[in-house]
Amino acid sequence: MSTYRHSIGGTTYRFEDLRDLMAKASPARSGDALAGVIAATDAERVAAQSALADLPLRVFLTEAVVPYEDDEVTRLIIDDHDAAAFAPVAHLTVGDFRNWLLSEQADTAVLSAMASGLIPEMVAAVCKIMRVQDLVLVARKCRVVTAFRNTLGLPGRMATRLQPNHPTDDPTGIAAAILDGLLYGNGDAVIGINPASDNPGAVTTLLRMLDDIIGHYRIPTQSCVLTHVTTQIQVIEQGAPLDLVFQSIAGTQGANASFGVTLDLLIEAREAALSLKRGTVGEHVMYFETGQGSALSANAHLGVDQQTLEARAYGLARKLDPLLVNTVVGFIGPEYLFNGKQIIRAGLEDHFCGKLLGVPMGCDVCYTNHAEADQDDMDVLLTLLGVAGCNYIMGIPGSDDIMLNYQTTSFHDALYVREVLGLRPAPEFESWLGEMGIFDAANRLIVSDRLPDPFHRALSRLQQAAP
Amino acid sequence: MTDRANPVVANPWSSLRRFTDARIALGRAGSSLPTEAHLAFQLAHAQARDAVHLPLDADAVAAQLHARGLESVRLHSAAPDRLIYLKRPDLGRRLNDNSQALLADRAGALGAGVDVVFVIADGLSARAIHENAIPLLDCILPELSSAGWRVGPIPIVTQGRVAIGDEIGERLKAEILVVLIGERPGLSSPDSLGVYLTHGPRVGKTDADRNCLSNVRVAGLSHATAAHKLRYLLEESRRRALSGVSLKEDADEVPRVVGAGEAANFLLPTGAA
Repeated sequence: MSTYRHSIGGTTYRFEDLRDLMAKASPARSGDALAGVIAATDAERVAAQSALADLPLRVFLTEAVVPYEDDEVTRLIIDDHDAAAFAPVAHLTVGDFRNWLLSEQADTAVLSAMASGLIPEMVAAVCKIMRVQDLVLVARKCRVVTAFRNTLGLPGRMATRLQPNHPTDDPTGIAAAILDGLLYGNGDAVIGINPASDNPGAVTTLLRMLDDIIGHYRIPTQSCVLTHVTTQIQVIEQGAPLDLVFQSIAGTQGANASFGVTLDLLIEAREAALSLKRGTVGEHVMYFETGQGSALSANAHLGVDQQTLEARAYGLARKLDPLLVNTVVGFIGPEYLFNGKQIIRAGLEDHFCGKLLGVPMGCDVCYTNHAEADQDDMDVLLTLLGVAGCNYIMGIPGSDDIMLNYQTTSFHDALYVREVLGLRPAPEFESWLGEMGIFDAANRLIVSDRLPDPFHRALSRLQQAAP
Repeated sequence: MTDRANPVVANPWSSLRRFTDARIALGRAGSSLPTEAHLAFQLAHAQARDAVHLPLDADAVAAQLHARGLESVRLHSAAPDRLIYLKRPDLGRRLNDNSQALLADRAGALGAGVDVVFVIADGLSARAIHENAIPLLDCILPELSSAGWRVGPIPIVTQGRVAIGDEIGERLKAEILVVLIGERPGLSSPDSLGVYLTHGPRVGKTDADRNCLSNVRVAGLSHATAAHKLRYLLEESRRRALSGVSLKEDADEVPRVVGAGEAANFLLPTGAA
């Protein structure tokens, strides 16, 4: 292990190893303070950033922040590295890499070809010396397109996950939120429920319900019930109509063990979902959620800062060819990301790192009530992510998740960001919205006092059924 | 319809609101949230934020316990204030030096152990304690006393997290520990109380060792129902000498999923049958 030094004026700052250098170079956040890895002063942070900028990128291929022998995520990252794709930037330092990324040379085609040559630690390092505008500009040049029943991540498009959660998985309550979301033009990324129960029977019931709705209304989208991967493998074996396999993942083997997952288990789940052949325009069947601080909360951070570990989670994700990956950026609480400023930066960092690594990044733009954040902060992050080309965001009724007790973006928020930035839904879903009479040709809502016929019939049934 | 007099477009599916607390059918101004819905959200968020920052009125809680002939002891975690509490969950899980000494004295006076200790902690919502702790105790304590349970003094902890109960229960030699704590406030539930039960409490217990009842409040799991479930857990925990994942909740906890609700999944033709 090398130590690193950087002098400013008469003061020499010394950093134990690469792990220490990375942590101290990270912009300030509460989780790194909680872990005791944060820079002691602002000047020490800039010294670390300066030392990091001088570091050749290839150092990350020989010096691991988490030991290769101890951790399957490190082994995956190193063993899968594509040296040929890395060659064009192999001679650069981290600081030169930043300049190169910002330059005209790094266009969409070049960045796409390079993704497999980059490893998470390189991307995390350059992220630490980038400003918000750099994170936006470079991510906007990246493009990661995936497909299942529609095509996500195309330029000028932003999709939404319709998240119709209900605290007791009540089917009527869930159906009400789905109708609300569809009539607000949401749901192209996935219709995905966080269930209250992880009982396999209850999960299967919800999967059948979503499958029936998607089939009946011919909606070009996919469904997901966000329960543990082992439960999903079990219900696939029992014949449940499962589109996407969901799992929370993190950047160390230990943190993944606390989630009850290994790389082999994820590969097994992917193969099970692929065997169902339910995609129509593509075969991306995995959906992952991540978030800075998850490894620390499992006490499996191994002295590594949370932003670097988050990038490593994307390194694991890309091995599984996912349809969707999103950071749940403000969900974890103020002990990891204290306020709006920290959440906003972290959301943009995560999106940038994921995209550069070739992962189809979305973002759950969110906060909890004990964080120093509010709707204004979410508007800032949402707008910046829209400019940065984020693949998808969440959509829930009125920003209020009554099951998970946190606030994320609403159906209305999605319409806002599409309107101000001229973004459109996934093309297949956009056609459906037009055919259903939900959007007009300019992608504006046209539903007023009369619902589109199929939904009008559904509400009529309800009135007949009501006592 | 949109017109010059009222640019808000209402949603003709507002009748669905009776099926969910989700903020559906809010209508729209352009594509955006109408003023009324926007301000209703701001109020809910303000109430949830206020619940996080409202100080625990430990004096009032102690006085209410005293009025019922119940002994209490005032404790404080190692987190000196709310700001540090929010940033350092580890400090909220252990007592400060004064409280450790105070508890040692009390444990000495108590001598032999007790069957159960109830700890009241502010957690993330003092409001949840102010509104629900005493009413819940009123439902459960008389029952336990008549069934012969030896109940210890009731510690009231400021700036506490769930795991702080382990240290307290261990020192008071409680066979079973029950922590009543304010949960992280949701937008529609700033007053939600959590109840955590641990058999054989000692420092180092994890969530897997605990049983939890959540959302105890007037508009959620009622005090009487929560007391009923807690009584069941207490009896089972004592009988089997364990708690946590191997101690399942009552069988009547099966979630309502299959075909439930008066209209089930009305989006499908079969749903209304």
